[in-house]
Amino acid sequence: MADIIKVATRDAYGKALVELGEKNDKVIVVDADLAAATKTGMFKKAFPERFFDAGIAECNMIGVAAGLATTGYTVFASSFAMFAAGRAFEQIRNTVGYPHLNVKIGATHAGISVGEDGASHQCCEDIALMRTIPGMVIINPADDIEARAAVLAMADYEGPAYLRFGRLAVPRINPLDYEFKLGKGIQLCEGNDVTIIATGLMVSEALTAKEILANEGINARVINMHTIKPIDKEIVIAAAKETGAIVTAEEHNIIGGLGSAVAEVVCENCPVPVMRVGVEDTFGASGPAVEMLKIYGLTAENIVTKAKAAINSKN
Amino acid sequence: MDANIKKQLQIKACKVRMGIIEGVYNAKSGHPGGSLSVADILTYLYFEHMNIDPKNPKWEDRDRFVLSKGHTAPALYAVLAHRGFFSVDEIKTLRKPGSMLQGHPSMKLTPGVDMSTGSLGQGISTAVGMALGAKLGEKAYRVFTVLGDGEIQEGQVWEAAMFASAKGLDNLVAVVDNNNLQIDGAVSEVNSPYPIPEKFRAFGWNVIEVFAHSFDEIDAAFKAAAEFKGKPTAIIAKSTKGKGVSFMEDQCSWHGAAPNEEQYNQAMAELQAALAELEA
Repeated sequence: MADIIKVATRDAYGKALVELGEKNDKVIVVDADLAAATKTGMFKKAFPERFFDAGIAECNMIGVAAGLATTGYTVFASSFAMFAAGRAFEQIRNTVGYPHLNVKIGATHAGISVGEDGASHQCCEDIALMRTIPGMVIINPADDIEARAAVLAMADYEGPAYLRFGRLAVPRINPLDYEFKLGKGIQLCEGNDVTIIATGLMVSEALTAKEILANEGINARVINMHTIKPIDKEIVIAAAKETGAIVTAEEHNIIGGLGSAVAEVVCENCPVPVMRVGVEDTFGASGPAVEMLKIYGLTAENIVTKAKAAINSKN
Repeated sequence: MDANIKKQLQIKACKVRMGIIEGVYNAKSGHPGGSLSVADILTYLYFEHMNIDPKNPKWEDRDRFVLSKGHTAPALYAVLAHRGFFSVDEIKTLRKPGSMLQGHPSMKLTPGVDMSTGSLGQGISTAVGMALGAKLGEKAYRVFTVLGDGEIQEGQVWEAAMFASAKGLDNLVAVVDNNNLQIDGAVSEVNSPYPIPEKFRAFGWNVIEVFAHSFDEIDAAFKAAAEFKGKPTAIIAKSTKGKGVSFMEDQCSWHGAAPNEEQYNQAMAELQAALAELEA
């Protein structure tokens, strides 16, 4: 077996910004004193004249990004998910979302895998918050390949988008010739007993779960749902119809995120059991990222458990 | 300033005030007090100072305006209508279903509106972004924003103020409409932002103080701001809330209330009389 390559999606974000900057001089990056951590520092180093540090003032940063966008620039605004989607929620809602401006929010350090910094910095609410803003695109890449592709794709998309990146290095699961398609889930493995729909770093856990289930004679379909909004209804409905049970997996509160989005589609179109793997409506805590993921049930084993429960609740 | 130009601006401002009353009366809701206090400054900006083209509202090199105190949209709409961005008849549709004139400004719906505002404290940040965009693109256009004196209680205003001076945005002018009244009472009593000029100076701004209802002072202030290099300019404009309608002047209760028919008739009669006097 080949060595597993592990890269944090925030690293891919930083590199992709530089790539963008090289081919498009209308790309601007703003950050709020976290350039070293969000990796926008790579862009700052390459294009200092097109990088602006708002300092520790996220609300103003979003407004400045919006104003810049009205003058013809494609603006990437970065901070940790907690302070972008959280602190600046209303700025994003009213000043970016409502006028549908071309601002891309590059939110890093999303979820429990922030690790040692603890609950104050572990944002598990951002997808829920962003999902309620009309016209907002939400992308949660599974690995560095997908993160890069999503950043490049969103630079060509006119309108607001929320890109969710992680701090932790995660296994590369996508091929080098990967092609990003906005709003199109990717079926990674065929299966007919149950479907695992995962996003972000939970996609690789879903693939592991698939193997565990296969050893027990359960054939699971796996879908990588990189775009949470607009959700790919077609792939969800097909999964519900063809496999009769669904498990969602995300590094986010089970309220309001991928699980909710999938359940909404399933309930309205083809009701089948849906079980959610995610942070169980609780705050995080300090500890090494990998341990925290285990403590909070963000594991292949938990996906397996929920998959069996979903299968057992089929009519 | 030139006496004839001043007279014409006074006439326009009077018509703008009538537009404010017309809009709010027909909508049966809205914010007449702050709209009336800012009417002269907006009239000056759109009829005298700003480099704009009503026939081409999205013109790339136009000066930009952001009404950070978005609730005084009736004043902006009346100015835009009289300036030719859209028909004056639209004013009567204010706040009604399907109208291009929303309760607070929407850049997507209204020709001439450069930024959607309404949530206080946010407009100034976008104006700062526009000014930064001008510098970056080496464009000559300038950016103007108007804030309420209550609005500057929002922390984001000071985040924006710090950023604008740190980046040396001398193509930006922020006006504070200082009528000293907000919903819950006098600004000085609710949560005093005073002294306002000192605060902006401390944040690295060039500060000019004017009487908001004197076109001579307004004209001198904006001309001085245009000449000033290296720092953004804050114009602290002492104003009267409800200016021009006797029973609305300096009354907190007219912040967000529409006149009834009798009050509407009285307000319009007063403004008509003022207009007749100006045109005599």
